[in-house]
Amino acid sequence: MTTSEVPAERRTRARRARWWAEVGWKYPVAVVIVFYAAFPLVYALSASLDRRGSLAGSGALFRSVGVENYRALGGTLYWTWAGNTLLIGGAAALGAVLMGAAAAYAFSRFRFRGRRTSLTALLIIQMFPQTVAFVAVFLLLVALGEVVPALGVNSKLALICVYLGGALGANTFLMYGFFNTVPLEIDEAAKIDGATHAQIYWRLVMPLVTPILAVVGLLAFISAFGDFILAKIVLTGEGNWTLAVGMYQWVSNQLTSRWGLFAAGATVGSLPVLALFLSLQRYIVGGLSAGSVKG
Amino acid sequence: MSVGQPGAERPGSAPAAPRESAARDWRGPGWGFLVKLLLMMVVNAVGGAAVLSAYHARSWVILGVLVVLLAEADWIYFARRTRPLKYLYPGLVFLAVFQVFTLLYTGYVAFTNYGTGHLGSMQQAVDAALIQDERRAEDSPTYPLAVVRDGDVLGFAVSQDGEVRVGTADDPLSPVPGAALDDRGVPTQVPGWEVVPRATLFTDADLQQRVVSLRVPVSDDAEEGSLRTREGATAAVYTSSLVWDADARTLTNTDTGVVYAPDDRGNFVSAEGDRLAAGWYVDVGFDNFVRAFTDRAYAGPLLQVGAWTFAFAILTVLTSFGLGLLFAMIYNDPRVRGRKVLRTVFILPYAFPAFMSALLWRGMLNAEFGVVNEWFLLGADVNWLGDPWLAKLAILWVNLWLSYPYWFLVTTGALQAVPSETLEAARVDGAGRWRQFRSITLPLLLVSTAPLAIASFAFNFNNFTIIFMLTGGGPAFRGASVPMGSTDILISAIYQISGVSGGRADYGLASALSIVVFVVIGVVSALAFRQTRKLEEM
Repeated sequence: MTTSEVPAERRTRARRARWWAEVGWKYPVAVVIVFYAAFPLVYALSASLDRRGSLAGSGALFRSVGVENYRALGGTLYWTWAGNTLLIGGAAALGAVLMGAAAAYAFSRFRFRGRRTSLTALLIIQMFPQTVAFVAVFLLLVALGEVVPALGVNSKLALICVYLGGALGANTFLMYGFFNTVPLEIDEAAKIDGATHAQIYWRLVMPLVTPILAVVGLLAFISAFGDFILAKIVLTGEGNWTLAVGMYQWVSNQLTSRWGLFAAGATVGSLPVLALFLSLQRYIVGGLSAGSVKG
Repeated sequence: MSVGQPGAERPGSAPAAPRESAARDWRGPGWGFLVKLLLMMVVNAVGGAAVLSAYHARSWVILGVLVVLLAEADWIYFARRTRPLKYLYPGLVFLAVFQVFTLLYTGYVAFTNYGTGHLGSMQQAVDAALIQDERRAEDSPTYPLAVVRDGDVLGFAVSQDGEVRVGTADDPLSPVPGAALDDRGVPTQVPGWEVVPRATLFTDADLQQRVVSLRVPVSDDAEEGSLRTREGATAAVYTSSLVWDADARTLTNTDTGVVYAPDDRGNFVSAEGDRLAAGWYVDVGFDNFVRAFTDRAYAGPLLQVGAWTFAFAILTVLTSFGLGLLFAMIYNDPRVRGRKVLRTVFILPYAFPAFMSALLWRGMLNAEFGVVNEWFLLGADVNWLGDPWLAKLAILWVNLWLSYPYWFLVTTGALQAVPSETLEAARVDGAGRWRQFRSITLPLLLVSTAPLAIASFAFNFNNFTIIFMLTGGGPAFRGASVPMGSTDILISAIYQISGVSGGRADYGLASALSIVVFVVIGVVSALAFRQTRKLEEM
């Protein structure tokens, strides 16, 4: 061992120690966090593949692997509920996008009397969530149902309308900000060329704001997908239930025996939402900090 | 080509002919107008049909609102000066009907005693009282009867002197021509209805139950009584011993002579203080609010529920904000590799639908078979969801799990916006890490995240899903007569009290509590807006 090698070795060791102190420890911590975040999901996947399908003994991960639980979903109303959820969520998302974008366009492009007042009013109204007024929603639908049965209790259309009632308040601000970033000169140029306001809206502005349309649509879909209280009140018949109402009923009645079924349903049901969410992650983060909250 | 346009013929201009402007291209109403016309035709057709059925249902308020909305729509979309409204109107209609109206209506119901025993108007209460009191009149005639059905709707077909009349629970008896009778006068074929064979009636216990409890009104007037059957072969008229005197507004029992008069609480009361079950709803002033705060059955539980609602909302925001920020600070470090993958895994709980998370954890925290006990507590039987304090802890824990990713995402973004020069200047001045965080990073972070924290507080204040799915509000308060438990927050307590999902309904009290929630949210939001303005000015 020569004298010149000792300092070099010491230097490497010192550098490694510093690396561990500043960066290295983050990897083991990351493993802990990953475990914390993911173990319930891995457990759900394992329970969905468990052949016995009961909560008892589901702790042994992937002890038996089979698709019995998934096949058993076909014997329940699961797919009906999934279809209802897609229909209701899709319609609510489409409506929220169309109405929110139109309102944002009006607020962003036109100057009219009462514009500032309306914006402030919207800001105040959207602070009071519809869900707290669910008793009044219920009574309203009972009264409407006597006139138009399609808008009464136990109608999917009625639930969609209820969701759309919250669309303007929740989304207009999100979109208004984004519409304001589209330069007004584009509109003016088109106006000089003789385009009508409808043409400007559909042909020029809408293509430029697609990212925010995607975010609003996704957020509206997810909130309809996850809503429980309104769906539970409005949809009384089993065939009209959404996944949230139906799967709650499974677990609340016979938690232990239907566990496998629930796990399979949760795996299937969460996949589209997970995929959408993760693929649009970038946009959503922007949307989140602009004011829409889930958690 | 733009013939006659002087600029286009100037020699030496660009060889390509300039495109005609869209304004010159105008050749009458285009596709857009046609689409609009079609849409408006549909809207008017649907609206007109709704107006007609409102007329038939005699819902004058709904009819009026429909007419106004429809007229406004036609004016807005065919007038020239209503441009902003053309874009705002559809959203505004939904907002007005399904949000603003429901908020106002909540305010109205909160001051009434609307609920079980007080549904509808006084006239409806009179009808209900007459129906509830119906007995078979002595020596009343019986009619040969056939039970008929149309899909799911059951009805009675009776014959009298060869004429067949059919009615259901909702539609009074009305003549049906062209029915066939057997020799005893029992209808055997009724046009538009399927006659239920006697044999089916004897074998199907469910159907029997429905037939025996079926009540077919003789006419629209409840005083004329109804047809009922005991055995499915003959029907008899049942009438009430009560008589309604519309002028004196009293109900008189013709058997006992007792007179029931209306009181100011929406009940019919006799001189001795006997009350009929059916009532109507009346304005009760602040009674519901007084009851919520002073009634011994409600005040205690509601106070606990209110305290827990605040504790839950505040603790949830603090814990998830803290954990998310901690993770964000650790992994907002360019030297860590694979941050993208880590980030995606970190936010998995947030992407997983919240109601499924709550149900999933409900199973995982199960005392007997749950994996939390099995894996982490060596198989101990900790009753997570059955003990008042452990259940609260479980709710906070689960909500932390599913909402820290939100704060992780938000604070990561906010951290990246903190200017590095400021931090560097602080470092040069000798500020330690803690000092940098406390004096620079956190204040800057709070400017952009405080409004979100307040929104998150308001959201969790009404986070019905997680409470209802995880614990259902349980464990129930011991000895309490009201359906509330130690993890109930205000909105889930309101749900239980309202009775919309069955049980005794008390819409008045439930709406009063909703108003309390609205006030809390309003005050918190107002304070918060002022506070954030202050933060921004810093």
